[in-house]
Amino acid sequence: MGNQNIAIESDLLHIFPDILFHDERAGYEGYIIKPAHLLSFMQRLRDDLGYDYLSSVTGVDYLPEERMEVVYHVRKSIGGSPLVVKAQLSRDNPMISSVVSIYPGAEFQEREAWDLLGIKFEGHPDLRRILMWEGFSGHPLRKDWKEGYFEEDGKPFKSRWPAGHYKSAEEKNPLGTNLDFPAGFNPESWVPEPEVALYAGLTKIERKDEETGISTEQVIVNMGPQHPSTHGVFRMAAKLDGETVVGLKPVVGYLHRNHEKIGERNTYLGNMPYTDRLDYFNSMSNNFGYALAVEKLMGINPPERAEYIRVMMAELTRIVNHLALFGFLLNDLGAYFTPFLYAFEERELILDIFEAVSGSRMMCNYFRFGGVARDLPEGSLEKIKDLVFDRLPRKIADLDLYITNNEIVRHRSEGVGVLTPEQAIAYSTVGPVLRASGVPYDLRRAQPYSIYNRFDFDVAVRYHGDVYDRYLVRLDEMFQSLRILQQVLRDLPEGSIQEGKPQYQVRVPAGESYGCVEGPKGELGFYIISNGKPNPWRYHVRAPSFINLTPLESMCIGSKIADVVVILGSIDIVLGETDR
Amino acid sequence: MSDQRDNYMFGLGVLKGLGLAFRHFLETYLDDIRHWGKRYKSPEGIAYRASKDVRGIFTVQYPDEKIPVPEEFRFVPFLIYEEKDGVNEYRCTSCGICAKVCPPQCIWIVRASDPNTGRPIPDPADFYIDIDICMNCGYCAEYCPFDAIKMDHNYELASYERTHNVYDKTKLGKPVSYYASIRPINYQREETARIEAESQRAVRKSHA
Repeated sequence: MGNQNIAIESDLLHIFPDILFHDERAGYEGYIIKPAHLLSFMQRLRDDLGYDYLSSVTGVDYLPEERMEVVYHVRKSIGGSPLVVKAQLSRDNPMISSVVSIYPGAEFQEREAWDLLGIKFEGHPDLRRILMWEGFSGHPLRKDWKEGYFEEDGKPFKSRWPAGHYKSAEEKNPLGTNLDFPAGFNPESWVPEPEVALYAGLTKIERKDEETGISTEQVIVNMGPQHPSTHGVFRMAAKLDGETVVGLKPVVGYLHRNHEKIGERNTYLGNMPYTDRLDYFNSMSNNFGYALAVEKLMGINPPERAEYIRVMMAELTRIVNHLALFGFLLNDLGAYFTPFLYAFEERELILDIFEAVSGSRMMCNYFRFGGVARDLPEGSLEKIKDLVFDRLPRKIADLDLYITNNEIVRHRSEGVGVLTPEQAIAYSTVGPVLRASGVPYDLRRAQPYSIYNRFDFDVAVRYHGDVYDRYLVRLDEMFQSLRILQQVLRDLPEGSIQEGKPQYQVRVPAGESYGCVEGPKGELGFYIISNGKPNPWRYHVRAPSFINLTPLESMCIGSKIADVVVILGSIDIVLGETDR
Repeated sequence: MSDQRDNYMFGLGVLKGLGLAFRHFLETYLDDIRHWGKRYKSPEGIAYRASKDVRGIFTVQYPDEKIPVPEEFRFVPFLIYEEKDGVNEYRCTSCGICAKVCPPQCIWIVRASDPNTGRPIPDPADFYIDIDICMNCGYCAEYCPFDAIKMDHNYELASYERTHNVYDKTKLGKPVSYYASIRPINYQREETARIEAESQRAVRKSHA
């Protein structure tokens, strides 16, 4: 397959003469497409060349060159590395055709690029802001946009040393003068507008029964942002016909903190603990993806022992995540907190290990470029062995025994929220959501990273695409993770855990890189552009929780409002990552 | 695994689930009897409830009981000083590496200077950490070349006012003996390395 890939890729320039060019910049890969031909190119890429799976769409602001770039990572659902295609636009009025008609999975990602970078996508069905609120002025990821407590473009700030006379941000910007309004805006006389644009997508229809003469009206119900079933601050505006959902728009961004802008201010190393806070259940696998992306740019590889420890932590994290999800999902199904606490008991034992190894239960910050922070402390390996060989298999089998065939669980979840394999690929879903729809796509096999090609494990896959299968896929995955862990523990070599000397100021050569891991929620990617300075020029997170929400509406239409809770639970979102 | 979709357990599933909860309930009391008098408020009891063998209830009744934290546990940095003739000598040389590596930039250092010459001297005149901003990442301790700043184990920092949360040099300072008590393994390793480095330096000096 590898050879075939190369053949097609060398042919690409022949298939698309005069519209496609190699990206010749040092450290860059992929192709540059003329923006006017984007749609016809993407259409052929998908239909004739097998690139049916759009992984990521994002933008980059090249302020010094007065240019805006849209970057597409397109994959084949049969595996392989992504094809990177870029379109270069003018910075003053960046405009490009939307690819939503070809890859529906681009919908939210293009909205994000519009919101944060101001790139207009012509032909997008619903181009509204997504993370910032309607009425926000400016596009925060543009390089000339500055935040409220702006100090300097990049850390470390000069005011901290050697004359670091402490001054809090509030002192420097006292209340009342710390706000910056657009010209002509008066907060006293401002009346909030109803969310016209949001509800425009949910037009109500009135129906009249001919026989009885009773007319029924559809109602719009807002679930969230403060609703226990949304697992955080997430809102769904659902249009209901009786109890049946006929339309649904997710509203996100309540936890938005512009993680990417913060990342661009941070040093490379300084950003590692911030990645912990994306999907706060799985800080280890967030660290993993970020470390891979930066290591690719630096051209270093961690030593053997560090690789094994990394895989060990990533797989333990997967078990933690799926256990937590089982707890939450069963809460959503009405099994109030008993199964949740049983699942959390196992999670606690794994977090004890994380605490002993990394120093923190959830915000692990354990990975470093070219290794891990420290070796396993004495005694923790025995604890891990006890869990992996004895307790976890027993307890997960228990969960299987008590939940899997429980009639209430099955009645509530079978046939609910169905996503067909074609839809799952088109909507760019990843992880267990994709695999429950019968697409055996797992990055650990599709584009093996780290040392995953050494281990014997199966890609868990189920074929009905409903909530029940998403549950089963995760159950299977936990057993597969245990299999990997058992091999890791068998083969774990002695040796160093860090390549070279630990450095606090890493030198990252100019270029771009995309590092991705199969996190517990799916493909978690970090797209980084370096210009050789201590801070990244662009830092983008391809967040699985965010992109997996794209098909939420089509999964919910036709089901009852009570099922929406379960469907959302089965996608497994964490708002820290969705909203970034 | 085979497709189990025709494998319903009508009524039985609910009973099984209730049975599990009931078993768990009984096991809690059996555990209590088995560990009579030792299950609560004793180190063995807490260790048992945090072990893989726990069967009944596993909750630890904070704040009456506290799980001992592992050595690597990290929570808010402190500065190490050595007590020499009643004077607290800080190990910090105000080199500024911790302030530079700090991801949220919560460390502020004023480097001391000689009052006569005005030249900087390796000693912090002031050292502030805004612990409201500190994210407990542990980088300052990890990259400090002088083992002068370390992460603490004390996680009970609630205070009545926000202004109490900017720690100055005095509040951050703790003696070496405290460090040795919370992180004995790390302390031993660093001391051995230091003694070795010093003896090597002595050897080099005698050769020269």
